[in-house]
Amino acid sequence: MSLDARIRASRGRFTLDVEVACDAGSVLAVLGPNGAGKTTLLRCLGGNLAIDAGHVRLDGEVLDDPATGTFVAPEHRRVGTVPQDHLLFPHLSALENVAFGPRACGVTRRDARERARARLAAVGLEDRAGDRPARLSGGQSQRVALARALATDPALLLLDEPLAALDATTRATTRRDLRRHLGDFPGPTVLVTHDPIDALVLADVIAVVEDGLVTQSGPAAEVARRPRTPYVADLVGTNLLRGEAHGTEVAVGAATVRLAETADGPVHLTIAPSAVTLHPDPPQGSARNRWPATVVDVEMVGERARVELTGELPLTAEVTPAAVADLGLAPGLAVWASVKATEVAAYP
Amino acid sequence: MSRGRRRPPVAALAAAAVAVAFFALPLVGLLQRADWRALPDDLTRPAALDAMRLSLVASLAATAATVVFGTPLAWVLARVPIPGRGLVRGLVLLPMVLPPVVGGVALLSAFSLGSPLGGWLHDTFGLQLTYRPAGVVVAETFVAMPFYVITVEAGLRSLDPRFEEVAAGLGAGPVTTFRRVTLPMIAPSVAAGAVLAWARALGEFGATITFAGNIVGRTQTLPLAVYQRLESDRDAAVALSLLLLGVSFAVLAGLRDRWLVRR
Amino acid sequence: MSRRPRPFLAAALAVALVLAGCGGDDESAADSTTPAATEDLSGSITVAAAASLTDAFTEIIEGFEDEYPDADVEATFDSSGTLSDQILQGSGADVFASADETNMAKLTDTDVVTEEPTVIARNQLVIVTKPGNPEGIETLDDLADVGVVALCAEDAPCGRFAGQVLEGADVEIPESSVTRGQNVRTTLTAVTEGDAVAGIVYVTDAAAAGDAVSTVEIPEDENAVAVYPIGVISGSLERDLADAFVAYVASDEGQAVLAEYGFLPPA
Repeated sequence: MSLDARIRASRGRFTLDVEVACDAGSVLAVLGPNGAGKTTLLRCLGGNLAIDAGHVRLDGEVLDDPATGTFVAPEHRRVGTVPQDHLLFPHLSALENVAFGPRACGVTRRDARERARARLAAVGLEDRAGDRPARLSGGQSQRVALARALATDPALLLLDEPLAALDATTRATTRRDLRRHLGDFPGPTVLVTHDPIDALVLADVIAVVEDGLVTQSGPAAEVARRPRTPYVADLVGTNLLRGEAHGTEVAVGAATVRLAETADGPVHLTIAPSAVTLHPDPPQGSARNRWPATVVDVEMVGERARVELTGELPLTAEVTPAAVADLGLAPGLAVWASVKATEVAAYP
Repeated sequence: MSRGRRRPPVAALAAAAVAVAFFALPLVGLLQRADWRALPDDLTRPAALDAMRLSLVASLAATAATVVFGTPLAWVLARVPIPGRGLVRGLVLLPMVLPPVVGGVALLSAFSLGSPLGGWLHDTFGLQLTYRPAGVVVAETFVAMPFYVITVEAGLRSLDPRFEEVAAGLGAGPVTTFRRVTLPMIAPSVAAGAVLAWARALGEFGATITFAGNIVGRTQTLPLAVYQRLESDRDAAVALSLLLLGVSFAVLAGLRDRWLVRR
Repeated sequence: MSRRPRPFLAAALAVALVLAGCGGDDESAADSTTPAATEDLSGSITVAAAASLTDAFTEIIEGFEDEYPDADVEATFDSSGTLSDQILQGSGADVFASADETNMAKLTDTDVVTEEPTVIARNQLVIVTKPGNPEGIETLDDLADVGVVALCAEDAPCGRFAGQVLEGADVEIPESSVTRGQNVRTTLTAVTEGDAVAGIVYVTDAAAAGDAVSTVEIPEDENAVAVYPIGVISGSLERDLADAFVAYVASDEGQAVLAEYGFLPPA
């Protein structure tokens, strides 16, 4: 099962012109600012908007091709969508919401409800099956929306800003759970977001869309490391690492990162570039992480200098132009990168 | 101590009180005018019972017809971008502003036995609307349906169309979507519109008397019966008026807020 | 219904003012007031007249306004029962022309009209049918099973008279076939515009409808005679003008117009 789409679509004075591909089992994040065309893209994939030119192919089946006059209506596409506001039917219980898809496809009421119960159990909400959406929290309604979309066994899963409607505390846990569910989904997944952390955590491949065009795409980590537009640079203006935590130490590849608080198991680490200080010699002080690094590149972005480093840990540091001069930063220079333990944020 | 709890502005309350008095005083006047001892007799005379039965059956039938035909119409006006939609809406809402007698005259020109359509209906199916209870239903539907359509159209427009898109995405065709998603979500508008239409149908006079005539037992509804007795038997007229008022008031006052307001 | 007569602004007719009261063989008491025969009579009055007088009175009012250019007459036409009730409730009419003596009695009995009313015309009933009389109605008997028949409401004079006529001829039309009009004009309309097969209205109304109906005479011995009294409301603020109008209706000019429209003379 794979998605292959080449889409040109207009809505009013805005034109979307992108190429999108996603393999089975893979998660593609479409990352971009508001108004970039992300929702338009999802609507084209879902069949709510017909494309002007190009094609949309899923599992080899043509869903939309203006050249041949082919257009498959949304109700006949095997596409599951989790909308931005979740949009659970307010007059139906959680169970009935999840059972809606199967029933619409002709499954008997009893079988549909059994399927729905299983799906709700998979997202840990079987005890809320009888509740109306108004009584569910943001995180719970998101899970129900996901269960509802998956209940029809779709060939393609679409998510529109899946974590945007959640408050900060819920977001982190939901993100983690979502990652697991997406991992279980056998088909391709396209998720749309303006939050780079979502993209980095949830996706394998990121496509950055600005003003209706893809400005950068590739494996998630790559995009984060090498921003090619100011937008992406701003977005990923943070270092993101993944590792295994034991107590206050996190193993990231061959390197060790010390934390201020304990953690356990797989973690994500973020370090703001401005928290990375550069020194010619190993800095002293127990509360500091330090690693040897080599300068790869120095780039002025606005009035700051972004220094790309390689070594035990790939890092981007942000320093003042004065520091660049003081240290004589230039590609190939060996330096020590240092980060206070308190400046390292870790989360599961 | 009511600090922190805002009291309604006095001016608004005063104006509202005037409005309430405006509606209450005529009703009180009527209650006072009634001959209560003669009331049971006045209300149980055969012609009065006929009028009650006719009014009840006709208004309910007109409401049913309104819902059956008005709902798809409201749907088209709210969702389907046909050319000239504004004109269609204007046409459909016309009976609201038309004097009812004019509506009756219009119905006559379309459906009387002398008209092409009416004549054909009579010759082919033996169907006659004038001077028949069916004609009462037609006249009442004509004046009542616009109220329903305008209410339901507003309800549909305020419904987030994305719900219907979600339903389609889950595999539901247009009919299933309408039946399981749209209709339940606009149920309060449908209820409110139906009540409005029923009330309008119940009180209809001009179109009924012009188109369906004034035949005791067949087309003389309660409003016609009241008017008929206004000079000859004022007490009976008042009694029937009170009946109409009582029934309408009971229904309207009994409506719960939450049936008419979207959750 | 209320109709405002159009002011008749054509070339002035030489109009001789008639000073006499009602016509000669008037059976009711003679009108004892003579109007001031001056052309400076001015003011505005409202005349409430039975619906069957609509066309005749419209023309009479035009003639009257020609004769008294400073006078203004507004007319309201409806069932005599409705009008008499409205007057009793203070509608402010100055003159009342009724289609029967019963409704006038409601006003004289309560001293709303104190001067003896004058009979200005008489009328009879006739059966009207669709043009060409497609159902072949010939007698009152035929009305019993011909379909829907339009009659005036029972408390309207023409309705009461129709009831008397039918009862006198021993004809019973089933209630489910009778549609009641609020006044004689709407009753007529049920035949001309609606689907009523036949109706009973005044001779004058049938004449006014012209080709829109065909008529079937009711034999003299079975027919009723409607008597039209006219009276001035005692509380009128324009007594002189009201009296002048009543006199005009009773004069040769007024009577000529009434005759033109098919009314029988008061005698």
